Amino acid sequence: MSTVTTEAVQKTVTDALVSFGAEESEITKDTELTTLDIDSLDLAEMSQIVDDEYGVSLKSADVTTIKTVGDIIELVVSKA
Amino acid sequence: MRDVVITGVGAVSPLGVGARALHERGTAGACGIVDGEAPCSEYEATDHLSRKEARRNDRFTQFALVAAAEAVAEAGWSEADGGLPVPRDRAGSIIGTGIGGIWTLLSSYKDLLEGGQVGPLAVPLMMGNASAAAVAMKHDLEGPAFCVMSACAAGTNAIGVALRTIQHGEADVMLAGGSESALHPLTRAAFGALDALSDSGISRPFDARRDGFVMGEGAGVLVLEAGDIARARGARILGTLAGYGSTCDAHHLTAPRSDGARAAAAVTIALRDADYEPDQIDYVNAHGTSTPLNDAAETAALKLALGEHAHKIPISSTKSAIGHLLGAAGAVEAVATILALRDRVAPPTIGHEQPGEGLDLDYVPGQARAMKVPDGRPARAISTSFGFGGHNAVLALEAA
Repeated sequence: MSTVTTEAVQKTVTDALVSFGAEESEITKDTELTTLDIDSLDLAEMSQIVDDEYGVSLKSADVTTIKTVGDIIELVVSKA
Repeated sequence: MRDVVITGVGAVSPLGVGARALHERGTAGACGIVDGEAPCSEYEATDHLSRKEARRNDRFTQFALVAAAEAVAEAGWSEADGGLPVPRDRAGSIIGTGIGGIWTLLSSYKDLLEGGQVGPLAVPLMMGNASAAAVAMKHDLEGPAFCVMSACAAGTNAIGVALRTIQHGEADVMLAGGSESALHPLTRAAFGALDALSDSGISRPFDARRDGFVMGEGAGVLVLEAGDIARARGARILGTLAGYGSTCDAHHLTAPRSDGARAAAAVTIALRDADYEPDQIDYVNAHGTSTPLNDAAETAALKLALGEHAHKIPISSTKSAIGHLLGAAGAVEAVATILALRDRVAPPTIGHEQPGEGLDLDYVPGQARAMKVPDGRPARAISTSFGFGGHNAVLALEAA
């Protein structure tokens, strides 16, 4: 598993969002997921990715609080 | 009862992307079969779909989306044209498939066997109804939307059920068709185990040397509209979906009844539904799979249903050019049929050179031929589909 730093998680999350179809140039910590067309199925995939990478398990209840790219990063870092 | 017209058609087929490619190349005698299979080799997902749409949809659903977009554009429903001609809840989609998302199913199982995780997209991509759902989401269709599964009759059954949906007033407009993408080693092995696939790799329906079908992939989608609505908005009407018949052999899971009796009944029901006499048909787009059993049973069925008239009209099989698209076959063939009727030209059965024993109808060997249409009425045809399980489905179509 990877070392959990904000930078590392940010890269993991950004790479995942791009693989889901988001435009990399539009991704900042403040970007709302809806503007990237990221939905609950993408977040379910994201949960698998951060579980593989950092051993962090995101529950459905966690995911419902997520609004921005930064929210994902903070949640993963806080639970690692 | 309301008449139901066709205002747009779309196709992705081994002859190319687009209904025009299917029609023009098919009429010219082109063949999309390569090394014993008929892939949609000109299709590139990202030419037509966003990266997100491409990864969110199994290949069979991608084909349906692309065919539907073409049909909708032709019908004048695109956003630039003002979108749907009716409220969203009066529009629906019925898309058949024989197998569904087999690529997703098998790649997900491979991930599992290799110790990986099965992703959350596995179920929504593999489900057979994914095409109907994706088309409904894309075009805001909030009325009836579901999948019809009846093996190689699915595309035809889907169009027939959509016809009824409009006739019975459940919806005013429907996107209807079929989609399939199953050129996978498992499917190949499974149909091979049934001795259904051609060893020679040649699709030559009704020929003495026919030795099985050649598997293909693709999708066909029609825009069906209540005639009053299409006329009121000044739509360009391609033709009328005049009738539909559906029966079952109730005989054997894979073999057709050799006398063709229930297949003939489906033809007769479709003709009565359309209020056509058997001798008022100008063309038959046959199921014509190139298997020994189908082509013999189908010939028997056409003779039973059409009588002496079966000997007087051109009967051709699109599968000679594109192979067997399974659950998409009937839909792609309905597209080919309506465009053939528009031009009054029967496409050829390519590769047909030596008539099979007892197969003595006019299968339009080699080259397309003009239809003979009596003065005073539009050209009329039936398109037949027969599926494993004994499913028989027939559409009656008429040019505008």
